[in-house]
Amino acid sequence: MREATLSHSTQQGERVVSAPRVREGSPWAGMGSVIFKEMADHLSSTRIFILEILIILAALGTIYVATQELQQTVSQDQFLYLRLFTRSQEPLPAFVGLLAFFIPLVSIALAFDAVNGEFSRRTLSRILAQPIYRDGLLLGKFLAALFTLALVCTAIWLLIFGMGILRLGVAPGAEEVGRALLFLLASVFYGGVWLALALVFSVVFRQSATAALASIAVWLFFTVFWGMIAGLLAQTFSPIRIGFPQEILAQANLELALARISPNTLYAEMMVALLQPEVRSLGILLPTQLEGAILGAPLPLGQSVELIWPHFTGLIAACILLFALAYVLFQRQEIRA
Amino acid sequence: MGNNVIETHDLTKKYGAFVAVDRLNLTVQPGEVFGLLGPNGAGKTTTILMLLGLTEPTSGSVRVLGLDPARQPLSVKSRVGYLPDQVGFYDELTARQNLAYIARLNGIPGSEIDRRVDDALARVGLSHAADKRVRTFSHGMRQRLGLADVLIKQPKLIIMDEPTSGLDPEASHQFLDMIRGLKEEGITILLSSHLLHQVQAVCDRVGLFNQGKMTLEGTVNELAQRVLGGAYRIRVDAQGPQTAIVQALEQVPHVVHVRAADTTIYEVEAAQDVRPEAAQAVIAAGGRLLGLGVQAQSLDDIYSAYYQEVKHEGSHAVSFHPAG
Repeated sequence: MREATLSHSTQQGERVVSAPRVREGSPWAGMGSVIFKEMADHLSSTRIFILEILIILAALGTIYVATQELQQTVSQDQFLYLRLFTRSQEPLPAFVGLLAFFIPLVSIALAFDAVNGEFSRRTLSRILAQPIYRDGLLLGKFLAALFTLALVCTAIWLLIFGMGILRLGVAPGAEEVGRALLFLLASVFYGGVWLALALVFSVVFRQSATAALASIAVWLFFTVFWGMIAGLLAQTFSPIRIGFPQEILAQANLELALARISPNTLYAEMMVALLQPEVRSLGILLPTQLEGAILGAPLPLGQSVELIWPHFTGLIAACILLFALAYVLFQRQEIRA
Repeated sequence: MGNNVIETHDLTKKYGAFVAVDRLNLTVQPGEVFGLLGPNGAGKTTTILMLLGLTEPTSGSVRVLGLDPARQPLSVKSRVGYLPDQVGFYDELTARQNLAYIARLNGIPGSEIDRRVDDALARVGLSHAADKRVRTFSHGMRQRLGLADVLIKQPKLIIMDEPTSGLDPEASHQFLDMIRGLKEEGITILLSSHLLHQVQAVCDRVGLFNQGKMTLEGTVNELAQRVLGGAYRIRVDAQGPQTAIVQALEQVPHVVHVRAADTTIYEVEAAQDVRPEAAQAVIAAGGRLLGLGVQAQSLDDIYSAYYQEVKHEGSHAVSFHPAG
């Protein structure tokens, strides 16, 4: 698109009546081939293979431990399969905890060398000399990574359900399957955010290692530091001077709002709302809001979805914004080394 | 516009204040092999990228096969093959897989891909390595694979950027033979290089680039005439009175310069082949003619003479404006 707009500005007056100002053909020409090739690369690469092994081992371990405990309560629990994801037993963390850790890692591993790798292999000019646009190449690479991630996640999901059926001996209910599927979708988009971020860095930095480190740095920042920073910022901007409940509430709300800038927070809250049907609010609940509620009663699926709808759209929006940034940067980049 | 394969008009590319290509007017006719010559950084690669629509011109117009690469990049790129300098491949894929990817990007139907890939590999003599990973390829093999990669789309025009740089003499000889073969098929070729004898060996016409401008253009002989003054350098081997022979040779029509290189050897620069006249002149002056030969003008001579001239002018200008 830049190709069209730039000439628009530079060639004003020179060619008023010449060729149409529209760019020829579809921007997605050749994208299918790119997706096909990139996915084949991902699925056969050692990098992803190692990560997959790691995830599957972790999944098997945590699920095995969880089922051991859950076997005792099979008859009492309505959401057995959701507990498979969330139940933790010392010393192993819950499977979702591992997932929140692994998904960004896999995503970054899939995308950190998407563009600069083509530069350093000197394949970019050769590929762009084929009848495709940069649009198709970049989106193709992004979608290939996203599909790969979705494939890996789905495989693990199925593995968990399979193990659950084998070890627990009951079939999952429709609502459980629905909640787990939504959680799968949320996980893929959470990964999409990190994919898009790694893609941005792969366009910005010519060295793959730099791009990988930068992506990991951002991830660490949000995982380790952002929570503390959100707390500090909330104390600074909404201090508790006298101790009124309003002040305390304002500070807590600000802290929560700030924490939600991090995709990790969004993902964690979605995880909680989807996999623990008893959770009825992700923010601060005042006693007045709980009036008439039956504590511990599960929320219907629709209500839980309403609870996480802003999170969901937020994650997708972040994903699209980051991709758009990568897109703009890539379009403006000079091909020559 | 006619049916020129490449036609640029005042093509200019600026990177900020730096002018990479300055008002380039270039015409390449069908079936021609055109050589872009010039030192590194003279604007050859930038020109090539603009011809392919990979870089936007700052001003001026380009037509490639009658199409505008900035507006119709897909049509241009499906008809034009580009072999970048130091062409890269996906090392973890085989030669066949690399080419098949390019074939798919070009929208070649799946049933035809295998045949086209095999044909292209056979033409560059890589059939034996079709299923080897490119990682194991030598530089020469990669360059040939690059050519196969270009041939996949059956192009009308092939643009090569420094195709023989870094190849050993045997490999570059083979490569030049392949270029001649393509020319015989009627494919137009534009190649950039700074390896002059190779350009001279295959190119019909050459253009000399310097600081973004194409300063000279024509066949090698035309350039020789313009830069060196004489297109022929004749070596006369004769015994006899030296001054008389030199004077006699200088009086031969079309002779530009005569130099006595040795007691018996004279170098004559002339605008035409004046060997018979020179022989007569030597005998008339009382000399004994021992030998007579004409040296073909090499592009090397033209090139170094030309760039010395340019440099000389440049330093001259600087000495006049020490502040600038």
